Amino acid sequence: MAVVTRGFVGRRDPTTAQLPPGQYLTPDFPVLSAGPTPRIAVDQWRFTITAETGSQHGWTWRELLDLPSEQPTVDIHCVTKWSKLGTHWQGVSLDTLLEPVQTQAGYALVRSYGGYSTNLPLADLRGGKAWIAYRYDGGDLPAEHGGPARLLVPHLYFWKSAKWVSGIELRTDDMPGFWETMGYHSYGDPWRDQRYAGD
Amino acid sequence: MTQTATQRPVHWRPARVAEVREETATTRTIAFDVPGWPGHVAGQHVDVRLTAEDGYQAERSYSIASPPDGHRVELTIQRVPDGELSSYMCAEMRAGDEAELRGPVGGWFVWHPEESTPVLLVAGGSGVVPLMAMLRERARAGSTAPFSLLYSVRNPEVALYAGELDALARDGGGLDVSLLFSDAAPEGTTRPVGRIRPDDLAGTGLPAGSAGRAYVCGPTAFVEAVAGLLADHGYDPSNVRTERFGPTGG
Repeated sequence: MAVVTRGFVGRRDPTTAQLPPGQYLTPDFPVLSAGPTPRIAVDQWRFTITAETGSQHGWTWRELLDLPSEQPTVDIHCVTKWSKLGTHWQGVSLDTLLEPVQTQAGYALVRSYGGYSTNLPLADLRGGKAWIAYRYDGGDLPAEHGGPARLLVPHLYFWKSAKWVSGIELRTDDMPGFWETMGYHSYGDPWRDQRYAGD
Repeated sequence: MTQTATQRPVHWRPARVAEVREETATTRTIAFDVPGWPGHVAGQHVDVRLTAEDGYQAERSYSIASPPDGHRVELTIQRVPDGELSSYMCAEMRAGDEAELRGPVGGWFVWHPEESTPVLLVAGGSGVVPLMAMLRERARAGSTAPFSLLYSVRNPEVALYAGELDALARDGGGLDVSLLFSDAAPEGTTRPVGRIRPDDLAGTGLPAGSAGRAYVCGPTAFVEAVAGLLADHGYDPSNVRTERFGPTGG
């Protein structure tokens, strides 16, 4: 039996029914990050996928933009409990980027300019579920939201969608990233309320 | 990178309101007793869940304002317009009421009292709450680490913890507190009103740059601006830890 809070009624926004457990809807796009926003010039930008064998595939900014892009419209869910529905992005599918990569790896460790990292199973980057996104809502992706480019993997809590992405290491082991070493869940499925280690 | 291992499961615990203190016209501190609370580190936050009589539930995350103190956890809650939890907690909630807490959460925006590194705290508005936990922990533990707080706030009426900050700074021991009024200052204030600017950092007396660590908490635009000032002041980005409050919450 849950504890009842005397006199609490709540807002009972009907849209809450569409949201994962414990989430609330926001029309805004809050910014969360552990440190200052890195500023990366696009002529210095590079994105590299490193396979478990050490072999690398890299893209410059120009090369990324020359790849076929998609325009996903997705719901996003932050572990701090806000959700935002129907966000519009443009970017390159990880299926496209992984296509030339030979790998038997089961896991990915995503790295960012500025030192951030996050881990997830490689399968979660495949199958039309993940993008390297460089435009948001019709404009260039602002730096505070991860520009010039971020990972977009919206079926997991949004900390997995690493801002300022610089590369992905494909690994045979599941090495925890930044928040995952500090008590946050290794996988982070919002529909299963996987916020913290042990959930 | 300092890590706080919180790899044990964090589950919901029943909590009872022990005390409510009004802080400003729109902000109050709610002290909870949480049996079984595992303890926390200054700067961490907690999830709060409220349940209506018919079972409807809503959750939010809040920074902890108090230092570790047994089963006691204090939250300072600002009333957010239309805030689902804050409007209840800032108006209705009183001693004896029950809720559930889950935590502590977060292992990065934290300060451990055994650290001796000089610390610069920069707060915008209600972003002072987790920084206050660090100042209280510093005092509780008798730390002599050099600390400086720059607290940007619109006017004296909305400044949180003003009396306590004054007392902590007057005790000396290497703590320097500066309130930076952006809209209206009390009479006798020498600093012209306005947003935080480079002179404010230069005036803290802390060593510039890599010798210190900075914690910045406030609205996004504030955090972005301060991060820029700190970079110009010589801070390495790896020594600047941030926590941001968007315009939402609740």
